[in-house]
Amino acid sequence: MTELALPKIDRSILNNKEAIVKNLSNLINPENVLSHADEIKPYETDALAAYTQTPLAVVLPENTEEVSRILKYCYKENIKVVPRGAGTGLSGGALPLQDAVLLGLGKFNKILEIDFENKCVVTQPGVTNLGITHAVQHKGFYYAPDPSSQLACSIGGNVAENSGGVHSLKYGTTTNNILGVEMVLMDGTVCRIGGKTLDQEGYDIMGLICGSEGLLGVITEVTVKILKKPQVVKAALIGFPSIKEGGDAASEIISSGIVPAGMEIMDKALIEATDNFSKAGYPRDAELLLIVELDGTESEVNELLKKVSDICKKNNCSSLKLSKNEKERLSFWAGRKAAFPACGAMAPDYYCMDGSIPRGKLAEALLEIKKLSEKYNLLVANCFHAGDGNLHPLIMFDGSDKEQLRKTEEFGAEILKTCVRLGGVITGEHGVGVEKRELMCEMFNNDDIQQQLDIKKALDEKNLLNPGKVYPILRKCAEEGRVHVHKNKNKFPDLPRF
Amino acid sequence: MSTKIKINSQIFQDSNNIFYPKNEEEVSDLIKELYKKNSSTELIGTNSKSFIGNKTQSANTLSMSKISGIIEYLPEELYIKVKACTPIEEIEKALDKNNQELAFEPMDFGFIETGKSNKGTIAGYLSCNFAGSRRFKVGSVRDHILGFKGVNGKGDVIKSGGTVVKNVTGYDLSKLIAGSFGTLVALTEVTLKVLPKKKLSNTIAIYVDDKKTVFELFNQMSSSSSEISGAVYIPLEPNEDDFQKNRDVVFKFNDLKYEGSFLAIRVEGDKISIDEKIKALTQELNLEKYKTTILDVYQSVPFWKKINNLELFSKTKNNLIRLVITPSNGVKMMQFLGNKFKYYIDWCGSLFWVEVPAKKNMKIKELKKISQDYGGYLTIVKTSDEYDYEETLFTINDVRLLISEKIKKSFDPKRIFNPGKMYRGI
Repeated sequence: MTELALPKIDRSILNNKEAIVKNLSNLINPENVLSHADEIKPYETDALAAYTQTPLAVVLPENTEEVSRILKYCYKENIKVVPRGAGTGLSGGALPLQDAVLLGLGKFNKILEIDFENKCVVTQPGVTNLGITHAVQHKGFYYAPDPSSQLACSIGGNVAENSGGVHSLKYGTTTNNILGVEMVLMDGTVCRIGGKTLDQEGYDIMGLICGSEGLLGVITEVTVKILKKPQVVKAALIGFPSIKEGGDAASEIISSGIVPAGMEIMDKALIEATDNFSKAGYPRDAELLLIVELDGTESEVNELLKKVSDICKKNNCSSLKLSKNEKERLSFWAGRKAAFPACGAMAPDYYCMDGSIPRGKLAEALLEIKKLSEKYNLLVANCFHAGDGNLHPLIMFDGSDKEQLRKTEEFGAEILKTCVRLGGVITGEHGVGVEKRELMCEMFNNDDIQQQLDIKKALDEKNLLNPGKVYPILRKCAEEGRVHVHKNKNKFPDLPRF
Repeated sequence: MSTKIKINSQIFQDSNNIFYPKNEEEVSDLIKELYKKNSSTELIGTNSKSFIGNKTQSANTLSMSKISGIIEYLPEELYIKVKACTPIEEIEKALDKNNQELAFEPMDFGFIETGKSNKGTIAGYLSCNFAGSRRFKVGSVRDHILGFKGVNGKGDVIKSGGTVVKNVTGYDLSKLIAGSFGTLVALTEVTLKVLPKKKLSNTIAIYVDDKKTVFELFNQMSSSSSEISGAVYIPLEPNEDDFQKNRDVVFKFNDLKYEGSFLAIRVEGDKISIDEKIKALTQELNLEKYKTTILDVYQSVPFWKKINNLELFSKTKNNLIRLVITPSNGVKMMQFLGNKFKYYIDWCGSLFWVEVPAKKNMKIKELKKISQDYGGYLTIVKTSDEYDYEETLFTINDVRLLISEKIKKSFDPKRIFNPGKMYRGI
């Protein structure tokens, strides 16, 4: 992996480790302050497992007051702090720093209130995304954003990353589904933003915090909106003989006025990989596979499915299957959800990219990626959240071959630059973290970045909270790594990634 | 900063000394000049909503109204990129040709001011972040902004976001700009998410006046999967002649047998799905218990326009308050308002529009306290001529004010833009 530049290490902090640990142990239950090498080992990386770093110490506070005390102390002593949720992030946002205290929110794992009358749940940040749905599903409700790691990722981490999911075109991402947060600023100030009501007056501080990757405050409580489950959900599985025809069909579905709950595209390489891996029964002769999911009332869904079928037929689809029941609908998704492990089975390593592009540019993007794949002589498989334009190319390579690794990194950076050139962005949902930091200049100029840094400075003037993330350290564009998975040894190998 | 300072600028100024920059560069040049001179400015568009918020004490006025026009509209990509002061009507017209719309349902504040439509510009909407009746289902204005470009208080041109819905690259500054009343950035360009227009709409009117029943129904509606896209309650009380007359005029529809209070629910879609939803709701809400009528599409569409035009408070000379609370406190709120204030309820029980007579200024303080006790806030959207400003127009607490001041400083360190428009010190 390329050497990663991190903020300058404060030697005086390292030299003072013993006293710092002692002081932290006076602030919270000493059992929740970890400093022994064996204890802190599990915290040395998040799901961007290519980068590891041992933190100075790990603290696991149990309530907001403790978080505030820790931050106030660190602020006073100029100690850096890296917040961490469940550690499922793919961009290294929770990567520790040698001279920083890692603040884990794993003990904040309780749902505080389920309020069906106001259609919301008040929860601690360490509760998993799916845990919220589990708590309300007995009454037919659910929490809408569904990142693929929803079984393990925490809601606090979702707020920090503004996590999306496959249904975000229709239901939005985290920022559209939360009503309030409690957070602690680096100087220890506790503040409540929003509550259970819709919208807030004044500056939308919650909107700013959401997706700020742990740079502005530590989330200690979240109030999320819950929705009633749709009456009917059905899906269609459609094969196309060419990328162009499939891409055109996806664009036409949107422009015809349909807003699918989810719409996914896989290219031939991925159809084969997933079908080998999960025996999903996908049409292997197809060049491109489209999964369209629709929800609403029975007749509405049937009507829309008919429209989708007509559009696909008009665009020369080679196969078309409509789900007859819930079991079949889930089987359509089975292969798609196995996309990442399937790639892991095909090559020793893969890089997962996360760009967004305008939907209509899909064919152009895929052709460009194909050309690059030939240029670098590396296999690539593509999946695409066609509903919201989020593209995940998976580059397969052998990390033990240094030359291949170098080429893969170059290939990856070229893909993200292509996304920007086509009118898209360098990250749709995985976050910038340390991973895409240096590519920020592809999208933003100095003034844009300076404004963002000014906000950071306004809320954390000493730059102690999660420094070295999101913004390029030297503010120049270098090309760095992406999600590197070696021998399918993802930090969370059992999580479906899509 | 209220003293007049000579600004060296080639930018056109009218007889009232209002600056009219034609493009982003001119805006940037002018603000750089103001920054150098420590001279503040009021930011205006077409003045449709300039009555909202405190009066600013600025040395200059900068009209952004010439920064107008659609830059790029890609219906199949579900976005439209426009110059910031493009009139809402121009945007709606372009979208309508492709059966698309701004789903947050822009409100028309012209009626409360002059009794006539005056929708203003997209920058104005974004700056206020007041969404219409569909808000509880589709989100507010801030949820439909994909990106923006603008000039900060130092004169730097900055941007954030893009044209795609999934984007987590850097801080989401679009959210911060929404509802900032022009105190952070002079907007020059806005990209909006657009959505397909629903084919038809029908409205079920339920004639009910028991306060508890009203909120029981609101609760059931928001628990329904029938995708309700509007739910308002129009009370009969207070029993005052002019309010009664207003209601008679505003809600004059063949199928709205107005005899008292009523709840109105909107369902949208094609004919089959509307019928299906009405059938499902009849069962879910047990509507056979009540007297109900259905407004067909020809009545339903204008009905919701009138709601979103605030026509019930047309040309009001009183204070108009926008009060948001948790629906679980709705009954208590209704009991408080009772026969004393003219009001109606939108957003399925969350939003109360309340008129407070000029002579009852002191009541605003009480209302603000109650709104906060009920988990919400209030904004005084329009003030009567006699308003004494004893109670601030916006609601804020100390910690949020502290953070807001810091944010303001990071965008506009010398408080050039709209000083005092929202809060003292911002």
